[in-house]
Amino acid sequence: MSVVVKELAKHYGQQKAVDQISFEARPGRILGFLGPNGAGKSTTMKMLTGYLQPTSGKAEIAGKDIQAHGLEVKKLIGYLPENTPLYMDMYVREFLSFVAQTYGLKNIAQRLTDVIRQVGLGQEQHKKIGMLSKGYKQRVGLAQAIIHQPQVLILDEPTSGLDPNQLSDIRNLIKNLGKDRTVIISTHIMQEVEALCDDVIIIHKGVLVANAAIDELKKAHQHKTLEQIFKQLTL
Amino acid sequence: MLAVFKRELFSFLNSLMAYITIGIFLLACGLMFWFFPDTSILEYGYAEMDGFFGLVPYLFMFLISAITMRSFAEERKEGTYVLLATRPLTNLQIIGAKYLACLVLVLFALLPTLIYCYSIAQLGLPKGNLDTGAIIGSYIGLFLLGSAFTAIGVFASSFTKNQVIAFAVSVFLCFFAYSGFDSISKVSAFQPIESQLANLGIAEHYQSISRGVLDTRDVVYFGSFVALFFGLTHVVIGGRKW
Repeated sequence: MSVVVKELAKHYGQQKAVDQISFEARPGRILGFLGPNGAGKSTTMKMLTGYLQPTSGKAEIAGKDIQAHGLEVKKLIGYLPENTPLYMDMYVREFLSFVAQTYGLKNIAQRLTDVIRQVGLGQEQHKKIGMLSKGYKQRVGLAQAIIHQPQVLILDEPTSGLDPNQLSDIRNLIKNLGKDRTVIISTHIMQEVEALCDDVIIIHKGVLVANAAIDELKKAHQHKTLEQIFKQLTL
Repeated sequence: MLAVFKRELFSFLNSLMAYITIGIFLLACGLMFWFFPDTSILEYGYAEMDGFFGLVPYLFMFLISAITMRSFAEERKEGTYVLLATRPLTNLQIIGAKYLACLVLVLFALLPTLIYCYSIAQLGLPKGNLDTGAIIGSYIGLFLLGSAFTAIGVFASSFTKNQVIAFAVSVFLCFFAYSGFDSISKVSAFQPIESQLANLGIAEHYQSISRGVLDTRDVVYFGSFVALFFGLTHVVIGGRKW
């Protein structure tokens, strides 16, 4: 199920947080969403997940308009918000079970066990979320995003603040999930983009400045490194 | 929606905050109704609960504001509202779930006061000599009053990140809705529309139900009151920039 974004824009008064960007994300490919801080990455993701209303333009997920079919589209999306907000006073299993219930899943116990194994939370599953370290909170965040087996995954900086071991775990997990799904991730780490992503989008001050497969992007810029290309386009 | 309702309720019941606020509410009720000479029923000498039902609305302003103040304010502050907003739930379902969880807690606070009815029935002369109709009516009135105050509290919580502000605004709005209209209607400039103004306030309708007569006009009033504040909350939540 692909994600098609057409001239999506979000304005706050005079300020254009996102200025008419268009792109497409296809299943089986991981799309890296890059840009300096404040470029409009999170705002775009918030609009795709139905959290913010776009000022103009539209987006379709699996051919369904995100505004007209809001509730149906939300069932298809798994979203990991920036900074991973979670209910700190809940237990891991309790929280995931709550999330599963909001999607009206059946056979919740089985699904919980699967997801907890998948993200590697086995040791921590009976702890309070507030007691977990950042890396484990991040895994809880990922678990709540994939619990309903969504076809589209939108992950806002899924690897920020993780140690190198956790980093490779989470990357492998995302890579596996991306095999048969549409995945959009935002990140600041260029090695991560090279390791994970098939396609890249770079936005700067709300405007799209690059949209291509990684190889093509490099070819177009005389085989510079991704970091050099990023600097060239956004400085 | 059921899931959100359950989560809200359990998060209340798992925190000390709910027990402390309800405990203080019951303590204040007990002290005022049985102990402080000015308002005590033992000094009053009649086996009636009118004094109690006159006091509770004022205690409710604080109790209910304390219960509802966190419902949206906390989620805004912690950024967790995004967890609800990106689920397949409508805004009205989220507001409704939070509202109902608060209302159930208000009922929990009210339930133990039924013991007072029993005690007074035992103390009456002859035993059991109590105006049951008026008491049932008053409890229904208190429930409706509670649902109106809860709607105000949830609304007050929806437009701020700060729970203290939510609490203060909610107490004021509850107070104004309860007795403000009544007091304003006494201003001489409003003489010609005195009864209409008083009719807008909660006190008028609460007292009318307390007499033990369940008038559809009063029920419709409370229904529309709750609906109004639901609508306002929906507008605030829908136009979010957070």
